[in-house]
Amino acid sequence: MENGELLQMRGICKYFPGVYALQNVDFTLRSGEIHALMGENGAGKSTLIKVLTGVYVKDGGKILIRKNSSDNAEAVFEETHIRSPQDAQNSGISTVYQEIALCPNLSVAENMFIGRSGAFTNWKDMNKKTGELLKQLDIPATPKMQLGSCSIAVQQMVAIARAVDMKCRVLILDEPTSSLDEQEVEKLFKLMRDLKKKGVGIIFVTHFLDQVYEVCDRITVLRDGCLVGEYIIEDLPRVKLVSKMLGKDLDDMSDIKSESDVKPVDTGKTPVLEAHGLVSNAGIKPFDFNIHGGEVNGFTGLLGSGRSECVRAIFGADKVIGGTVKVHGKNVKIKKPIDAMKNGIGYLPEDRKLDGIVADLSVKDNIILALQVMKGFFKPFSRSKAEAMAQEYIKLLDIKTASSETPIGQLSGGNQQKCILARWLLTNPDYLILDEPTRGIDIGTKIEIQKLALKLASEGKSVTFISSEIDEMLRTCSRLIVMRDRKVVGELTGDDLTRNKVMSTIAGGEEK
Amino acid sequence: MTPSKSSNKSLGAQLIGLTRKQLFIPIAALLCLIIFNLIADPSFFNIKVGLNSAGQPVLSGYLITILDYGSELAILAIGMTLVTSASGGQDISVGAAIAIAGSVILKVLCGNESRPEHMKAPIIVAFLVACVVAMIFGAFNGALVAFFKIQPMVATLILFTAGRSIAAWINNNELPIISDESFSYFGTFIPGCPIPTPVFIAAACMVVIFLVLKFTNLGLYSQSVGINPHSSRLNGINPAIVKLITYVILGLCVAVVGLIKVSRISTINYSVVAKDIEMDAILAVALGGNSLGGGKFSMPASIMGAYIIQFLTTTLYKFNVNSSALPAYKAVVVIVLVVLSAPVVRERINRLKKSSSKTAKEVA
Repeated sequence: MENGELLQMRGICKYFPGVYALQNVDFTLRSGEIHALMGENGAGKSTLIKVLTGVYVKDGGKILIRKNSSDNAEAVFEETHIRSPQDAQNSGISTVYQEIALCPNLSVAENMFIGRSGAFTNWKDMNKKTGELLKQLDIPATPKMQLGSCSIAVQQMVAIARAVDMKCRVLILDEPTSSLDEQEVEKLFKLMRDLKKKGVGIIFVTHFLDQVYEVCDRITVLRDGCLVGEYIIEDLPRVKLVSKMLGKDLDDMSDIKSESDVKPVDTGKTPVLEAHGLVSNAGIKPFDFNIHGGEVNGFTGLLGSGRSECVRAIFGADKVIGGTVKVHGKNVKIKKPIDAMKNGIGYLPEDRKLDGIVADLSVKDNIILALQVMKGFFKPFSRSKAEAMAQEYIKLLDIKTASSETPIGQLSGGNQQKCILARWLLTNPDYLILDEPTRGIDIGTKIEIQKLALKLASEGKSVTFISSEIDEMLRTCSRLIVMRDRKVVGELTGDDLTRNKVMSTIAGGEEK
Repeated sequence: MTPSKSSNKSLGAQLIGLTRKQLFIPIAALLCLIIFNLIADPSFFNIKVGLNSAGQPVLSGYLITILDYGSELAILAIGMTLVTSASGGQDISVGAAIAIAGSVILKVLCGNESRPEHMKAPIIVAFLVACVVAMIFGAFNGALVAFFKIQPMVATLILFTAGRSIAAWINNNELPIISDESFSYFGTFIPGCPIPTPVFIAAACMVVIFLVLKFTNLGLYSQSVGINPHSSRLNGINPAIVKLITYVILGLCVAVVGLIKVSRISTINYSVVAKDIEMDAILAVALGGNSLGGGKFSMPASIMGAYIIQFLTTTLYKFNVNSSALPAYKAVVVIVLVVLSAPVVRERINRLKKSSSKTAKEVA
């Protein structure tokens, strides 16, 4: 059947202080299709969704929604002003977020009807209707079950059923599969296909390429707040999709291997760190890993591929549930971050705001924090010693701050990152993990940080470098471990370190 | 005309700078109270030398009362500040825990007699036992908060509810009385010293906490955990242990106040002793300009807050506010102070000042 257009977003602009989050983005959704919205972090996917669902109010452009639902009639579009999530719901747009926004301690039926049954509830009727709907959508749950006792996948489906029952015509699924296992994903896909048959238009946001190619009909790619294009899935092989997302056209890619002064790594020696079958509770598959003195290596892969989870497992930041770790050839147990720190490992976390800075504390306290903790509870640094160390690194890394007593939260992103770097450099680690050290900071600081990683390696230390920008990785790393869908799928060294090769390995499956 | 204006501006800027200081609110509140009392009745500030019941010459007057009773609050404020900083919540069971600590002291000193002629154990032993008991109860609260991640107010509600009956149960609901003079020294006066003993005890506590904060990382850890537990953990701190420690320290503070409380009257009234003191202790922390949501704290500001709360209470007593109506009056004053020191309001005030100074500049 020919699917009519259901939703048109035309020339959508959204401006945040200092940056265009969306510039003239067009997006079209047809009824009865599953439409993937793809793009790297910061590409504007979530902003677009938030504009559509009324979380943000757009600064420009229009949203048109088809008013008549009959397939045969001439499509009639009406401009719709969506100013709040309530508006979106009234226009038939429903969203199911990654984190389930239902009440786990209420029953399935209560969750379905919450907030729309008025002051009085006809319990019998409610349970009956819910039962019918669950049956209709083939969801393995009963109306009286407590939602929290269902699996995450079923909860996710209940959330979808709720959306469907609210007469939604546009269903937005924002990373619905990130906490599901394979079978659960299958169930979810079945439900999505059923809804598709019923004529619902589904917008699917995910980081998993395999899933996109499994269920989607069309792909819209965004990059840096701009529309890259809309493609029918058959016309866009994986490698092309990845290159569109990253903004590097495969054809005009020249292979530049940086000429840094890093000495070749002596792999004959005992590795600084060696991990076998390491696995944490963060949902990654067990992986092997090693790094030698003087080496810079990196984990690469799309966001959500599990690269951060790997280094978090090495550092003990997530709960390690299996595998062995050797440091300098000796078996060690790393259960929590302090164990890793005592073994000479430093970790600059991916999420600077959440895991890195202690916002209200001063620059000084933030810099000395890790070393102070290693030194011990009863041995605080004297005021003058702490000040001297902070000043040394403020100067060394050229941190721009009014004083060492300024709360770190008041600094710019790049300078905050330098403080966290200073924190770990101060502990003089043998092995430093830099997880997205260059995200969200200015270009000058990015280069400084890359140089620093190479400098550390030339001093005989080991560095693991993670970045979403493949160029940065190629410039710094002599070995890349490629991740896809939460497992290690390849390792690239030497001549294989080209953008083409990296991208095709990230995309997997089809080689060009 | 212009020069005077510019000097005005710099003065204004200085004043604005001053209002940003954490101690501004408590100092301003104190000044208001002092000025109010000076105008209403300057005799408020009189200090007399009188004889107490034991015939000793001691100082008396409203200011002495403030120092005396404010000291109890100050000791509690020390622990409450740490708890607030690390766990982002407050312990509302301190009043009930004081009753327990006091009851334990009496139990150890009296044994099973209700009115022993001689104390059954040295006071120091009784006090140490009370310390251990209070710290265990603190650890209980702390464990609920730190390991079971229960909101502090809810976690401590348990002991808040049960504490006074536990205290009564310890002494079989009897009210033991200690006749030995020396026991009353802690809550009243040491012979020959005209200043109430609690003042010295509070001073000692302040010195101890000052040294602890100087020679350990307690301050850095609890602030770090209160501000960002994730980041703290990744830097090797165990947030749960840090939270637990702050509750145990508060337990110690509770034991000290328990000693003062039972010493004052040489006996205990389970349902009345230290009633509502938890609210005053929390208010002291808030009045000091510390965020009740945890994180950064200033210990001197909290301690000052404690004395200001007592200043307010005593002022209200002085003006014969009915003791049952007292909390209502206090609430009004406290609302004003707390709202003024709320970050939202302060931010808005700062913004208003900025914009007004900007427009002033533009006009000029």
